[in-house]
Formats: sequence, C-alpha cells, structure tokens
Amino acid sequence: MRKIINIPVNSVIPKVNTILERQGIPNHINANDRTIEIAEEAISIFSKLAFPIGVIQELSKEEFDNVFRGEGNNEIDSPVRNIFKASDDLALFAVTIEEEVCVEISRLFFMNDFALGSMLDAVASEATEMAAQATENYYRSHLQKIGRFNNAGGILRFSPGYCGWHVSGQRKLFQYLHAEDIGINLRESFLMEPLKSISGVIISGKKEIFQFEDTFSFCGSCATHICRERSKLLLD
Amino acid sequence: MDIIQELSEQLQQGNPKKAAELTQQAINENIDTKTILDQGLIAGMSVVGEKFKQHEIFLPDVLLAAKAMYAGMDLLKPLMLKEGIPTIGKVVIGTVQGDLHDIGKNLVAIMLKGAGFEVIDLGNDVSPEKFLDTAEKENADIIGMSALLTTTMPVMKKVIDLAKERQIFGKKKFIVGGAPLSTEYAKEIGADAYCFDGMSAVEAVKRFTSISS
Repeated sequence: MRKIINIPVNSVIPKVNTILERQGIPNHINANDRTIEIAEEAISIFSKLAFPIGVIQELSKEEFDNVFRGEGNNEIDSPVRNIFKASDDLALFAVTIEEEVCVEISRLFFMNDFALGSMLDAVASEATEMAAQATENYYRSHLQKIGRFNNAGGILRFSPGYCGWHVSGQRKLFQYLHAEDIGINLRESFLMEPLKSISGVIISGKKEIFQFEDTFSFCGSCATHICRERSKLLLD
Repeated sequence: MDIIQELSEQLQQGNPKKAAELTQQAINENIDTKTILDQGLIAGMSVVGEKFKQHEIFLPDVLLAAKAMYAGMDLLKPLMLKEGIPTIGKVVIGTVQGDLHDIGKNLVAIMLKGAGFEVIDLGNDVSPEKFLDTAEKENADIIGMSALLTTTMPVMKKVIDLAKERQIFGKKKFIVGGAPLSTEYAKEIGADAYCFDGMSAVEAVKRFTSISS
C-alpha cells in the first residue's frame, strides 16, 4: 500500500496552551492577553499558508531491515530494531506542512516581528508533529479495515536520529519512500527541506512489543524522552 | 519621569512606536547618544533579561521588547557611526554548514544585540572559512555557532581546527549552541562555552568580552 494523504489544515491546528508551552510558558502560568493575541494571530497565519501532506508506504520486515541498516551507523542496541523484528506490519512515512510557512517565519524575523515569527515557528513545529500523528492514525485505520489491527494491538512511530536509529538512515528511507513526491527533499547532511517535515517508520504489533525502558546508552542524551509519553499512552 | 527612563519603560513594555518616538525626542533634545543607548535602550533590555531569567516574563515578552529596542537602535545607529561610539563587543554568528535551522540562532542574535553587542549574522549553512574570514575581517571577539543536527555538529570542530591552523585559536572565543549539544561536547571540540539559550549566550559573551578587554 502506498498513499499520499492530504491532511486537512484544521486537523493539525495546535491548542494555544500547547504553543505557549513550546514558547517556554508553563501550563500553570496565565499568559498575558498580548501573548495570547500573538498566538492566535500565528494560528491564523498558519491556517492560511499551511498545506499539510503526507506519504505512507508499507514494506516487509526484510525491506525495512535494509532501510534501517542505513549507512551502518546505528547504535549496537536499539529499541527500534527489537520492536520492528517483533512487529506485524510496517510502513515508512513522511509529512510536511510545505514551504510557505517557513518562508513567512523568515520574513517576520527579517521585519523584526520576532515575537510573531517565533510563535509561528512554534505553531508550525507542533502542527508538523500533529500531521505525523494524523498519518499514524491513517495507517491504524487502514489496518483496522483490512482486519490486521484490533484492541490488543499497538502502533508507534520512530524517526531516524532518535532511539539509536542514526540520522544517516534518512538516505535509504528516502530512496525507498520517494518523499520528493510530496515536496520533501533530503540534503547531504540528512536535513529535510522544507524544515518542518518529519519522516520515519510506523510500526504495528502487539502492545507488549513496545514495552522498553529508556536505559539505552543514548537515552541519556535524548532531549525529549517522548517515547515515555507515547508508550505510556499505548500501554495504559 | 525623564525621557530616558520613559524610553527604558516603553522598551520593557514592548512598545516599538513609543520607543522610536522617545529615542527621536531624546536625539532632538541633544541628549548624548551614548546616554540614550546605555541608560535607555540597553538598561531597558537588561531589566527585561533579568525578569526573563527570574521567570517573571517569557520569551514573547522579551521578543516584543527586542522589537522596541531595534526601533530605537535604527535611529541611533547613524549617530553612533558618525560619533565613532564603539560597541561593547562584536560577535560573528551563524548556523553551521549543512544546517538550515536558524530560529535558535536568530533568538541568540536578538538577545546579544539587545545587550548592546554588535552582531554580524552570517545566516545559515555557513562554511568554516566564512566564520573565520568574517571574524578576522571584522575584528570580532567572539564566534557563535549553532547546529540542530548531530550530522552538522562536527562542522563546529572543523571551524575550531581551522582556527588552530590559522593560529587565531585563543585570540577569539568560540561559543556553541543547539539542541543536540552539551557542555561536554563543547569542551571536547575546544569551544569556550556551550550556551543553552539566548540569555546564557549573553552571559558568556559578557564574560569573554570583559576578559578580552
């Protein structure tokens, strides 16, 4: 299965509180009216300029093994390897909100409109995460429709650059997925353009395969530990 | 309230229109350019920086104040050049070669300018040669490098190695920042400081410029 998904922009609009958190304002703090106005303006600009789009492509474990090996730079032990080997279904994915928002962020900074530019950047980052989640949800629905996913199942996504999967893995991922079909290109440094893009693998299988501790050698330098939140949501 | 104090207050409130009006008024009243800069604009941003550090205000408030500071600075800059008023230090800043992420670098540049430093922003995808050539040409005290990718982090080391080759290592200070970096990494590559945000960059640059002067 390969599918290009046009994601409705309204489905990836983040909540004001989430954007403010990305701006370093904790949830328990009441942001002032001016800050909230800027956040709302950033959301409005985003709604007009963003065109979220994703691509998803199923592949076998053998094929993914080849993609995952990448340039041979992965950590010796990785939760991604353990999980995909025990999985039932796999799909590569990439999402972007496209270039126009990124151009507008640069323009706002150039015009010294730093607060709005920074806020729009926060909206765009969060929206890209939501677009990745929408793609994961699409794959779950697809598996449910064909009878390959039920309540005992779990689904999670992982990206090169995290969880022991070296970022150079992007090269093989892109060779296989052809994310350029939705306007994402890969630079020599494995950076995706537009910047607000996410790629990776969506793994489906029994819930218990996703159980792991964040005690791998590389977990100490992980800035997000987002795996904890995601696997907690899945296993609770 | 005198005009300079009011300028500082309006800057703290993030009011660029008022900050520009008051700067122009101060210029028209023949108030010394350095007084307007130091006691009006930089003093105002210093209060903002301190409140940010204490979590009394947050990033959007700092950025609104920075916009007001820039509005005042636009009027003062020609006078500073004409009168030969030196800045407190010069920083060359950029995102390293191969990397296009520049929001963090932009925020650091804004904070440094707000603290009164002259910032030469080379943008993103900056080669090691360009960092060093510019720093030498502009006689900058500090070189600030940003990277958001583990694959582009090593370019920072290339810049420092090239500085050693050119025998300017030790004469310039190198500060680094970006999500995948750490104090340990900064030490490992020979950088003088790892800055985790704009305020820590300002503090490091202040520390280094006072040492170098």
